Amino acid sequence: MRTVISTETLYSDFVKKVEAISEQTLPSCYQCGKCSAGCPMCFAMDLLPNQIIRLAQLGLEDDITKANTIWICASCITCSVRCPRGVDLARVMEALRLITSRKNIDQVQIPEIPKETIAELPQLAMVGGFRKLTA
Amino acid sequence: MKLSYYPGCTLKTKAKNAEDSAIASLAALGIELAELPRWNCCGTVYSFAGDEELHQLAPVRNLIRVKETGSDKVVTICSFCYNTLKRADLLVTNNPEKMHTINTFMEEEIDYEGDVEVVHLLEVLRDDIGWESITEKVQVPLTGLKVAPYYGCTLLRPQDIAIDDVERPTIMGDLLKALGADIVDFPYATECCGSYQIISNPDFVSQRAWDILSSAVRRKADAIVLSCPLCDANLGQKQKELMHTHSEFKGIPILYFSQLLALALGLDPEVCHFELNYVDPQPLLESKELFRH
Repeated sequence: MRTVISTETLYSDFVKKVEAISEQTLPSCYQCGKCSAGCPMCFAMDLLPNQIIRLAQLGLEDDITKANTIWICASCITCSVRCPRGVDLARVMEALRLITSRKNIDQVQIPEIPKETIAELPQLAMVGGFRKLTA
Repeated sequence: MKLSYYPGCTLKTKAKNAEDSAIASLAALGIELAELPRWNCCGTVYSFAGDEELHQLAPVRNLIRVKETGSDKVVTICSFCYNTLKRADLLVTNNPEKMHTINTFMEEEIDYEGDVEVVHLLEVLRDDIGWESITEKVQVPLTGLKVAPYYGCTLLRPQDIAIDDVERPTIMGDLLKALGADIVDFPYATECCGSYQIISNPDFVSQRAWDILSSAVRRKADAIVLSCPLCDANLGQKQKELMHTHSEFKGIPILYFSQLLALALGLDPEVCHFELNYVDPQPLLESKELFRH
């Protein structure tokens, strides 16, 4: 994957925002890949979790937004408990989701969910999903 | 002994089988689970954001409800409720500033001061009752039943709220062993089922369900045993579809640990509400002579 790194993105508000919401220090990550190795949802991701944090370090917001990764993450926290550098990647993923969600952009269109699905699913599936995937 | 109990939404509907079997079992073990007279949604998923105190109001308000009953401990049965309430308690206990903000915002409530301990039912069974005392009360040992304990995420992660070892938990296996069952260890015991992705990416959850279920089947488990109503729905509801896409797959019953506890204690199977299980476990339990219609 080709990426263009510039001081403009590197010192952008985006990086500061991600660090502020997630309360994590992005440069702590040294790209060992343990997060991606243990991620149960990575089979469905465009970019792996370790690639997402690398892009976040470099401030490459557009590349992150184009990938489905942050919306496939199921917040299982496996990456966070295994990170040898103590980076809570689940919180970084949440910060990245919120940067989009706070612009009132939803990943799930609630009125389009079929009635049968609503009847079948337990409440916590829906409340949990709406909390993570909608504004 | 009487303990405050927080049920949460799903235990009153889809997971009534978890709630009723748990309350009846605890009563048989000498503990009354007293449901809070007032409670609200726990928030379901804990908010990871550092700037969202608003999302901590729901769980903290529930902890205040516990305090109002004069109790300093609350029991949860749902794994998600456990996680959200426990993490909210830790967050405000470790951040006096956030605690102050939340208390000030909810000025109509008494102040929360980090003075409620949140525990999961499995912890009560292990720490307050003990495996040996449970074994002594067993009327119908689960002899010959091969069960795979499945923990999922929210009882174990993050580390500071884990009810057992994060990577190698034994608590549910220890309980089932105390009830006389054979434990099947399988590599997916602590892996995520896909969780709330069921509403946006159901096909990916099918893949997760297949990985988990087929692993347990390969290890010759008769049933999977769990605590979380969302894992139960994801692993249970997907089985019809998976039997279609994988012709060799014959399905595997999923049970709440509390249902097997109630059976082993010799309680009326009515409290287990097996009709709510996505895959009917009754033929299996009958074949092991643990259950009669």
